Amino acid sequence: MDTALILQPTKPQRGGIGGPSTPATTEPLAVRGVLITIALVFLGVFLGAPLAVVFAEAFAKGTAAYWESLREPDALAAIKLTLLTAALAVPANLVFGVAASWAIAKFDFVGKSVLITLIDLPFAVSPVISGLIYVLLFGLQGWLGPWLAAHDIKIIFAVPGIVLATIFVTFPFVARELIPLMQAQGNEEEEAALSLGASGWQTFRRVTLPNIKWGLLYGVILCNARAMGEFGAVSVVSGHIRGLTNTMPLHVEVLYNEYNFVAAFAVASLLAVLALVTLAVKSAVEWRYRRELKRGGATPGPGGPA
Amino acid sequence: MSGTRIWASLLGFGLISILPSIGAGADITLLNVSYDPTRELYREINEAFAKRWQAKTGKTVEIRQSHGGAGKQARAVIDGLEADVVTLAQAYDIDEIAARAGLLPADWQKRLPYNSSPYTSTIVFLVRKGNPKGIKNWDDLVKPGVKVISPNPKTSGGARYNYLAAWGYALQQPGGDEAKAREFVTKLFKNAPILPTGARDATNTFVQRGIGDVLLAWENEALLATKELGKDKFELIVPSVSILAEPPVAVVDKVVDKRGTREVATAYLQFLYSDEAQQIVARNHYRPRVEAAAKAAGVEFPKVKLFTVDEVFGGWNKAHKAHFASGATFDRIYRPGR
Repeated sequence: MDTALILQPTKPQRGGIGGPSTPATTEPLAVRGVLITIALVFLGVFLGAPLAVVFAEAFAKGTAAYWESLREPDALAAIKLTLLTAALAVPANLVFGVAASWAIAKFDFVGKSVLITLIDLPFAVSPVISGLIYVLLFGLQGWLGPWLAAHDIKIIFAVPGIVLATIFVTFPFVARELIPLMQAQGNEEEEAALSLGASGWQTFRRVTLPNIKWGLLYGVILCNARAMGEFGAVSVVSGHIRGLTNTMPLHVEVLYNEYNFVAAFAVASLLAVLALVTLAVKSAVEWRYRRELKRGGATPGPGGPA
Repeated sequence: MSGTRIWASLLGFGLISILPSIGAGADITLLNVSYDPTRELYREINEAFAKRWQAKTGKTVEIRQSHGGAGKQARAVIDGLEADVVTLAQAYDIDEIAARAGLLPADWQKRLPYNSSPYTSTIVFLVRKGNPKGIKNWDDLVKPGVKVISPNPKTSGGARYNYLAAWGYALQQPGGDEAKAREFVTKLFKNAPILPTGARDATNTFVQRGIGDVLLAWENEALLATKELGKDKFELIVPSVSILAEPPVAVVDKVVDKRGTREVATAYLQFLYSDEAQQIVARNHYRPRVEAAAKAAGVEFPKVKLFTVDEVFGGWNKAHKAHFASGATFDRIYRPGR
């Protein structure tokens, strides 16, 4: 709980972004210049250059080759599978995240700290291990494998396994975003609603949800980005069947290993575009939220940059 | 953009993506679980077989492919990846499937001609253009200052062949014995700065990243890499002696019986021995069993004295126990950084 409170973002204060800066709190010009240069060079080398390489390689043989490699049936199947996985994993984690953070922030119960620790588990465990857990559980030699095989239910090396593994690795995103937010908000508004005669569901829908919607949206965006980009866990449970169980990141690896660099980078560039869209939406959400804050809403904002 | 609209667009985005994924479209589908360097080979084989099968039965068949390191692929089949046929690097991999999961009988190798391996390959050297280190034979690999790239024998089938080929060569030298062979292979792996996990990894390390002086590789892999990535950058060196690799194929009985695909799966593997398929094999740089097929395809393979794992090491099971099992010879001779 303590860590959760520390994670809570600080509200813009003096000297913060958007706040008025005074000479007393500003570094000398030279120091600022050096720091900014270091930051920009770092960004350029580690973010800008790779991104440029992805697009340069993708278009190395012209736009026709680029589109051709994206229209190829296996690539289309990979794109669809990635979108399907995200479309299933994100809502599942949205429901779970809201439920878990609601329980943790608004109620006291035995085992609460255990639940908080468990939510963080996927962050702590290597994704490969997350995938192996499912193989050991649902694999033919695993605990449930023989029963599943007898009833002809396919989990691993099929779409359900990929979705399950993705849900597991993206588990903490929504909950981690909401818990500090809800804890900071406290119970007063809900208590007021209840004492005025609202039902539990009404309270949640009319009071809690509006208060957390920006944080929730932020969590969903992060969750979605990871769900689309996950490689390790999905690689273990996928079986790598072309056109069937290859997600976009896996398909990139397959193409690269086939010396098909244009196609590999074309699919990679699509992933990069998805990431850029995610960043844009995220920034839009933050901007919207700050505006709302300025208009007088006093609820603490979504995590990340304040 | 209002909050509601954001939610609506997110929802719409989700719904679009739940559109049914592309159906197979074919009457029958087969899954061929294979190892790394056969991607290009089976793409061509599958097309040819689908045509043949349609001409013969009027039914369309689509063969799906899964590729990866041989050990990893065998493990996936053991864990339930529903392969109708497996086409892996070594008999040992399929033996594991038979032993651990019982998906096919232990004597599977007797069911098709030539120990169930319709094509062979061998280990050769790929060097940089002009052969700056003057590498001609196995002896040149253990010279000081030569950087050898080979995948890791613990994870890669191809690397085990590299290792055994070097061992076999040392044994066959005048005065060669187990101790000499061991010393030779120890020196060889001392010259290996890194051990990538798979054959394709190793090729990419050598070819793309430009690391190392010589790549120990499958002949088919080395030929493909030179073809795809520039004839003018690399040279293929064939040593005096090398090892015969017999990548085996098998129908996975339990899977085909469950899916009702035994007939087509069997026909698929038998097709590999046909003249048409053997020519495809030769064009994809594997050595065909039917020698005339190489000529017909206009491909010439360099002559090299080949020995088999059975002749020199008494079979894969023995070789594995003596050399690659946990704590066996390889673990004892390979000390990274020394």
